[in-house]
Amino acid sequence: MKLKLGAGLLLVIALVVLIGPMFAAFDAETIHWDDMAVAPDAVYWMGTDVMGRDLFIRTLQGGRVSLMVGLLATMVSVFIGVSYGMLAGYMGASTDAIMMRTVDVLYALPFLFLVILLMAFFGQQLWLLFAAIGGYLWLDMARIVRGQTMALKAQEFVEAAHAIGQQKRAILVKHILPNLRGVVIVYATLTVPQVIMIESFLSFLGLGVQEPMTSWGALVNEGADNMDLAPWSLWFPALFLCLTLVGFNSVGDGLRDRWDPSMQKSK
Amino acid sequence: MTIQSTQALLSIKDLSVEFTTDAGTVTAVDRLSFAVNPGQTVGLVGESGSGKSVTALSILGLIPQPPGKITAGQIEFNGTDLLSLPERQLRKIRGNDISMVFQEPMTSLNPVFRVGYQIAEVLRLHKKMSKKQALKRTVELMDWVGIPEPQRRARSYPHELSGGQKQRVMIAMAIACEPKLLICDEPTTALDVTIQQQVLELLQRLQREMDMSMLFITHDLAVIADLADEVVVMYRSQKVEQASTENMFRHPQHPYSKGLMACRPQLHDNPRRLLTVADFMAADGQELSPTAEQQAPQVKVDKSSHPVLLEVKQLKTYFPIKSGFFGRIKSHVKAVDDVSFTVKKGETLGLVGESGCGKTTLGRTVLNLQAATAGSVFYDGIDVFAQTPTAMRHLRSRMQIIFQDPYASLNPRMSVGQTIIEPLCIHQPQLNKQQRWEQAAALLQQVGLNPDQLNRYPHEFSGGQRQRIAIARALAVKPEFIVCDESVSALDVSVQAQVLNLLLDLQQQHDLTYIFISHDLSVVNFIADRVGVMNQGKIVELNSAEEIYRNPQNPYTQKLLDAIPKGEPKSI
Repeated sequence: MKLKLGAGLLLVIALVVLIGPMFAAFDAETIHWDDMAVAPDAVYWMGTDVMGRDLFIRTLQGGRVSLMVGLLATMVSVFIGVSYGMLAGYMGASTDAIMMRTVDVLYALPFLFLVILLMAFFGQQLWLLFAAIGGYLWLDMARIVRGQTMALKAQEFVEAAHAIGQQKRAILVKHILPNLRGVVIVYATLTVPQVIMIESFLSFLGLGVQEPMTSWGALVNEGADNMDLAPWSLWFPALFLCLTLVGFNSVGDGLRDRWDPSMQKSK
Repeated sequence: MTIQSTQALLSIKDLSVEFTTDAGTVTAVDRLSFAVNPGQTVGLVGESGSGKSVTALSILGLIPQPPGKITAGQIEFNGTDLLSLPERQLRKIRGNDISMVFQEPMTSLNPVFRVGYQIAEVLRLHKKMSKKQALKRTVELMDWVGIPEPQRRARSYPHELSGGQKQRVMIAMAIACEPKLLICDEPTTALDVTIQQQVLELLQRLQREMDMSMLFITHDLAVIADLADEVVVMYRSQKVEQASTENMFRHPQHPYSKGLMACRPQLHDNPRRLLTVADFMAADGQELSPTAEQQAPQVKVDKSSHPVLLEVKQLKTYFPIKSGFFGRIKSHVKAVDDVSFTVKKGETLGLVGESGCGKTTLGRTVLNLQAATAGSVFYDGIDVFAQTPTAMRHLRSRMQIIFQDPYASLNPRMSVGQTIIEPLCIHQPQLNKQQRWEQAAALLQQVGLNPDQLNRYPHEFSGGQRQRIAIARALAVKPEFIVCDESVSALDVSVQAQVLNLLLDLQQQHDLTYIFISHDLSVVNFIADRVGVMNQGKIVELNSAEEIYRNPQNPYTQKLLDAIPKGEPKSI
């Protein structure tokens, strides 16, 4: 139920963001000098911002960027974090110590410094943004997965698998990974909003998405600045952002329950 | 049946409790009535799921509502109806007039507070004592329940105490306010047999000195034999029998009670197979009587002439204790310390000892699941520790292990079929999918489960059924040798008997060799041909089962034997 509602909500948002702009009367960059900070009406469905740009099209186009950054960076962080954490937790001993101390060192590096460095070397590209955010957020994921793996490893069913002569790789894939899914999916759905917020912060500093391109995070920031003049420029991006987060959280919860056989009604 | 007098301290009349689940409404307690008189101890006996813990929780008003619901009945305590009492007044009674000791002393204490503080908290809450008074009283209480150096121990954290001491602290908390009724929910099930005896003696002494009533919940009749004045037997949510302890042990009436009495292995005169409840009662509740054949006495065959299957030579397993930033090795825990023995083909070697004596580590080291520090293990002439990883995996198909905890030993995300098929995929890759599933179904049948249940997940099974699944998985590789690591310890006595019988049958059918590890001497005596007694990493005595029990040489063995609940009321 939760899963279906959440997935439906996300689908609707994705469709609106992808198809919506086709129906827009204006483009995202045109500044309407006569219509600055206009409240929503029949012409500007979501009003205009203080610079006179149509917010309808800006919100939808920002959504494309935000959703893409959110999903891709989360996938990067899940992929690296899960494999790294699982390996460290399962191998234990000195392998674990070396791997986790490396994570500690990476934690100690200031994130902004890392991003600035990347941007300086490779120029400002959107994919670098995904890589940078994902490459930073996997640290949390790795720690969580490692802890869970250590707990699972101590369980008797893992030892039983070892006792029947199962190989280490198969134990990781067949016994540990399926039991990690619940935690990983819940944490991943929490990561998506985090990524969207980090992206807006970077954009605010001029390191992320560049004007006139925009994202929900950037729009919310702008909207918050101009709340006294054009409160609707905060409302709409914030509404979309909230709905997306609700959608991701319900999908996460739903998937966790679906993957847990003990949550299923007995057949 | 006793007449329920009006002066009863606690009287339960027609209590019914229901739980609403996804699958419908489940009746946990069905029209239960009994009474506890002042100064009396009543034992509430039944298997897990029979509704005995739910009864205890209803008395304290601790049934989670919903999903639980008390649909009918009365619980009268000292003349007041507990069920109609508002929560605020109920809280005054809880911990004050009625208190409870739980099963798991490890988790019932809060690990971040000193034990003295936790006891004192009860006193300050209910007796409104000052901090100083409460602390003084706490030390007295701890002394009373037999904790040495109470002054110092009050400042300990729970992890610094042993299991038995923790249970004593729990008891001290429970009696802090001098309750009129103490409810003990399986207080000794998680404890070693020697500590169990000490705790039972403590409870008995406290009851005498404080003149309180006790409601003692257990699945094991033997435990309450010299404790209870009266026994209530519950089966499938209903009371099936109530009698004085003496009568219950001498002339059990209900077939279920008879089965419960018979299923516990004794130290002598055991039948060939243990009688189970099913031998006394058909599935429809009709009474059966066990045939003479079923009651035939156990005869142990001398297997000393059999060829040697397993040889363990000077085995040592040490765990390093590390300290400091770089993990320098400070000293070692000698879990297995210079152990040598042999196991003959077709034989069962029992290993007994208290928790922490190294018996589990020994079993795991023999199977090379735990690296040995020194020594060697030869299985059928093969040096187990000198195998390449591939050769070791092949060898694993010949030696298996069945673990203690049927809840942790099955992967919750794998269906029963997948679990049983996994070893087949490794060791018999030539089989196709259908052959594998057919084999899995046959294995399930062999361990007494319905082959239709292959697609179910572990959580849908009871503890005993899960243990059967774990046995099926171990059998899948067609092993010759199985280490049973406390494989029946987590089960109710009635289920334990069924699993023990299954292990015996399988041994006969497949000519299996067992190492049977347990803390329960009567179980080991029943199943093992020879018994090794372990203490602090060493085997202190190794002899035929009969000799060990008739004529123990080592004082430690003697101590263990004395601690076994005799299963006979004091008056007999």
